[in-house]
Amino acid sequence: MTTDASAARQRFGPYGGRYVPETLVHALDELTEAYEAARIDPAFQAALTDLLQNFAGRPSPLYRARRLGEAAGHPAVYLKREDLNHTGAHKINNTLGQALLAQRMGKRRIIAETGAGQHGVATATACALFDLDCVVYMGEEDVQRQALNVYRMELLGAEVRPVGSGTRTLKDATNEAIRDWVTNVRDTHYIIGSVVGPDPFPRMVRDFQAIIGHEAREQILAAEGRLPGAVVACVGGGSNAIGIFHAFVPDHAVQLIGVEAAGKGIESGHHSASLAAGSPGVLHGSLSYLLQDADGQVAPAHSVSAGLDYPGVGPEHSFLKDSRRARYTSATDDEALAAFHTLSELEGIIPALESSHAVAHVLAHGREVSGPIVVCLSGRGDKDVAHVARVEGRGSLL
Amino acid sequence: MRSISQAFQERRARGQAALVPYVTAGYPERASTLSVLEALADTGADVIELGIPFSDPLADGPTIQHASFVSIGKGTTVRGVLDDLRAFRARRDTPVVLFTYLNPLLRYVLDAFLRDAAAAGAQGVLVTDLPTGSDPAVEQRIIDSPLDLIRLIAPTTPLELVSEVAKGGAGFLYYISRTGVTGARAELRSELAAEVGAIRAAVALPLAVGFGISTPQQAAAVAAVADGVVVGSAVIQALDRGGAAEAGRFLASLRKGMDRS
Ligand SMILES: Cc1ncc(COP(=O)(O)O)c(C=O)c1O
Repeated sequence: MTTDASAARQRFGPYGGRYVPETLVHALDELTEAYEAARIDPAFQAALTDLLQNFAGRPSPLYRARRLGEAAGHPAVYLKREDLNHTGAHKINNTLGQALLAQRMGKRRIIAETGAGQHGVATATACALFDLDCVVYMGEEDVQRQALNVYRMELLGAEVRPVGSGTRTLKDATNEAIRDWVTNVRDTHYIIGSVVGPDPFPRMVRDFQAIIGHEAREQILAAEGRLPGAVVACVGGGSNAIGIFHAFVPDHAVQLIGVEAAGKGIESGHHSASLAAGSPGVLHGSLSYLLQDADGQVAPAHSVSAGLDYPGVGPEHSFLKDSRRARYTSATDDEALAAFHTLSELEGIIPALESSHAVAHVLAHGREVSGPIVVCLSGRGDKDVAHVARVEGRGSLL
Repeated sequence: MRSISQAFQERRARGQAALVPYVTAGYPERASTLSVLEALADTGADVIELGIPFSDPLADGPTIQHASFVSIGKGTTVRGVLDDLRAFRARRDTPVVLFTYLNPLLRYVLDAFLRDAAAAGAQGVLVTDLPTGSDPAVEQRIIDSPLDLIRLIAPTTPLELVSEVAKGGAGFLYYISRTGVTGARAELRSELAAEVGAIRAAVALPLAVGFGISTPQQAAAVAAVADGVVVGSAVIQALDRGGAAEAGRFLASLRKGMDRS
């Protein structure tokens, strides 16, 4: 049950909320209570910090990418190297936090949804570490395009359940994970992979990812002696973006720029730009911008990158958009693929296709920013190499 | 116009439970809704739940998911479902509850939906992803409308919160018989009778039980302890076997099972 006071905490302006079957309401109450206690518990925070430093490898470096900067026509482009985290993306920040929380709540079974497979791998990793049972739902299309990550999850002891219904991508994997949770809610914790879903997930995942921005803010101040002109991140569900934005939200001079996937172009209708081209609606438990048709059916999304191929977006981004604190733009599949190559060739860093969208934006518009630019390099591209080769007609390498 | 409460009261007066079948509108064909509704009304339905399909039915199991996807694929719209309902209402007076998810209603514009649904002859609305307290403004607009808001109680709802969760509800209260999604099951849980008894002691509204009921024996067992029996996926499966006529035969078999107990 929601009281008036807790209702306010569940939302970002009008967005967010808890639009779920009644069966889950009690579990969300319990989760909220457990999270709010853990948040202020020094023992929990110390355990998490220890894992982030000694297991995941934090802090991640802030690297000045000179050749990328030259290509972008900007003197000071920095990459926040989330790709260097253990398991290769920012996702581990969240899964370690939630797995610790699940352990604290006495839940021995973990479920997760995954698109690119990075969140699935990060969840499977945390479950191996904590000896928890792990089931990961993944759309059949993503099982194909991210085959390497499927095998990684299995190596880590997780069971990957392919989802063949609906779009066969992240959206329907999430539906299936929620159905599992409704069924097994008493002994299962659902580790959601982004700042989406019913409250408290969007704010809890944000808090676990906020370390990206807290570190980046200190690091850029140390390197440049000033705040950046812009912070740029790709937006799927929006967790790496919220993670790097959060510490900068009070710094009003810092532009926050989210880059959605424009797929084959926004005009083509084949894209995942919920904030740019969607309208407010309810999916997966919260009210937020959503790609939908005139009858309120959720419209299929498209992106070359599985991790951005999602018709919704976290509710806090909807709030940041409406309040104009952040600005949302997009990069197409082709622009992201070009940036994937550019960063590989110029810096010796193969980025995830998701992160390549943020890099593409800097290549196209970096020169418009005065002051240093911090780009969230949310993950590395090893998982994408075979897929890119296929997309570019180099046949099947794996 | 018959109300949902009347339908439950009439059964209760005879010492019987109400039978509440669910069907997805526009399934198996866009044009089949009317004949399916008539078949259900004529074979023992006291109240009918008519599903407005949604692309992401996360409270539903494979049977109703499939029906929803087929129906949407054949062009079913909210407006189309209301047209079907209007046609049915011209022929039968069985109360109808529209069963759906919140997003299609928001997209239609909630107040317009409530007005148009009432005008088309709906008596109630059940929104699976709008639990009590989740959106007080939206809930209040439904409560203030002519439609009954059907509240749900889950096995995970703490007993001391049941009367709070039922608040604003009208027509009947829906008890979800198990944690999980919709779908026919071979067994009912043994604790069900005790749970139903405890909930009935806490609220005045008639209590219907659904999720997983698929045989005359199960319907009879639920009818012995509750005021109503909701059957969904098994009705869809009957439709798949032999169309509206088979769905009607199946419903009649449930009614018979319930009356024998
Ligand atoms: C490397 C990487 N970046 C970004 C994303 C998109 O998610 P989010 O927007 O929540 O950061 C994913 C999702 O799979 C990812 O793997």
